[in-house]
Amino acid sequence: MSDPSSSRAAPAKRETFSTRRLFILSAIGSAVGLGNIWRFPYIAYDNGGGAFLIPYLVALLTAGIPLLFLDYAVGHKYRGSAPLAYRRLHRAAEPLGWWQVLVCFVIAAYYAVIVAWSLMYTIYSFTEAWGDDAEGYFFGTFLNVSEAPGVGFNYVPSVFFPLLLIWIAVIIIMVAGIRKGISRANSILLPLLMVMFLLLVIQSLFLPGATEGLNAFFTPDWQALADPSVWAAAYGHIFFSLSVGYGIMVTYSSYLKRRTDLTGSGVVVAFSNSGFEILAGIGVFAALGFMAQAAGAGVNDVVTQGIGLAFVAFPTIVSQAPFGALMGVLFFGSLVFAGVTSLISVLEVIVAAVQDKLAWGRVKASLVVSGLVAAVSLGLFPTATGLYLLDTSDAFVNSFGITLGALVTVVVLAWFLRKLPLLSAHLNRTSTIKMRRAWMVLIGGVVPLVLIYLVSNEFMSKISTTYEGYPEWFVGLFGWGMAGGLVVLALALTFIPWSRKSKAHHDPEYQSIVDEEEEESAR
Amino acid sequence: MTPIAITMMVIAILTVWGGLALALLNLKRHPEDEGALPEEHAPEL
Repeated sequence: MSDPSSSRAAPAKRETFSTRRLFILSAIGSAVGLGNIWRFPYIAYDNGGGAFLIPYLVALLTAGIPLLFLDYAVGHKYRGSAPLAYRRLHRAAEPLGWWQVLVCFVIAAYYAVIVAWSLMYTIYSFTEAWGDDAEGYFFGTFLNVSEAPGVGFNYVPSVFFPLLLIWIAVIIIMVAGIRKGISRANSILLPLLMVMFLLLVIQSLFLPGATEGLNAFFTPDWQALADPSVWAAAYGHIFFSLSVGYGIMVTYSSYLKRRTDLTGSGVVVAFSNSGFEILAGIGVFAALGFMAQAAGAGVNDVVTQGIGLAFVAFPTIVSQAPFGALMGVLFFGSLVFAGVTSLISVLEVIVAAVQDKLAWGRVKASLVVSGLVAAVSLGLFPTATGLYLLDTSDAFVNSFGITLGALVTVVVLAWFLRKLPLLSAHLNRTSTIKMRRAWMVLIGGVVPLVLIYLVSNEFMSKISTTYEGYPEWFVGLFGWGMAGGLVVLALALTFIPWSRKSKAHHDPEYQSIVDEEEEESAR
Repeated sequence: MTPIAITMMVIAILTVWGGLALALLNLKRHPEDEGALPEEHAPEL
């Protein structure tokens, strides 16, 4: 890359998405993940069915989109990985960035495992390997889950090798960088995911019993709107679904060209994510309606989410449906593609941070970081006890990594450092959808209050009973210990000095932007 | 499907996909600033 305007021996210029379209595709690829397919349909059904649309849209507009804008503003204004961007915002904010990086480390390590399962199940769909006992097959034959939680090194080859394959593919994407890796992967995988998923939904709609499923999904229970837990579920889902608050959108937006319509792009990303979720709800419930009819049961008897939906209910549907193998390939293939595009965005948070802190090149940073995460992932999860570890780390990193982290970030930025006016001004400089006071009120008021409610709920439920009835030492170590460890480690990483060659010390590209903006505001 | 379920499905699709359509329209009306385009295009795209 050459820049004729600068002849100084500057550090390598920051990579950028070559077009706004590629950024939007990558951001959608990140937001659309496993949760859209296997979590949203159940959450909506369980919280009022059709009536859930109201709290869902309210949460999207009052918390999801404003938080997305906050991440964009931080990443784009301060042009750095999460730790560097927060450090430039204020020295004291750097640990927030490292906390987000560490949360991403944990998520990447287990998320890849689910993608690996999905990859195997795409292949199993051809032979319907699970026979007539999908549940027994998944937990027994496939995962070989041990009786009790613990730490074991009893590896399960049918998980280990696909996981290795996923990591190799992902590492290749990461090493190739923003333009040749992440942009290219998203511009291939995301359209492919959309087409496959649309075909899956159409196929599901033609199954007998599909309408019963849709009735169950869309029939509104208006009483639910009076229940605070329904509103909490809507806000909670929006936080997780949009990939906000843990560094991903900060990192991606730091690769945007300077004059990019941040809010205009953000609204497209947010509504695409929701549009996909609605589609997933229709597809999943049409299929569940068929499953219920085939079993001679009600939809409420077969409805499920997460692992149970993907690896127990869907295989059962695949076995019973006409052209079941095709349906299985479309469903599990969609999970793989949705998972990979999200996984690379999670990894990019860590890679970018290490690149910035140590002034490493792209190839070295991606190899070392992805290699390290892959080693942890391959070492701990494809074992007979891996499922317990996955379940525990997922639950705790969501509650006390993402949600608590988002709360602390918002409170620090809005209440202590009072940076919202500055960030709002940045959003309005180049964006088409302008929000001044409204955005600040939402980020400084509504969002923290909702997050406090969510975090305290999580805290209460997790201290009142040991999570899932697992042994106390296990939850203490891999749940509470892990979540607390991330905070301690984030502080420790802040105290490691930045490399003398790092952009924290010398970044002419960023400096020229700061100068220009100062000039502009002085005028 | 029951009438109420159909109604809610139509409303959900209209609000969410309609929102997406509006968002795309807004973006289309404001094309990327030419000056902000990259100096070179990635060859593969």
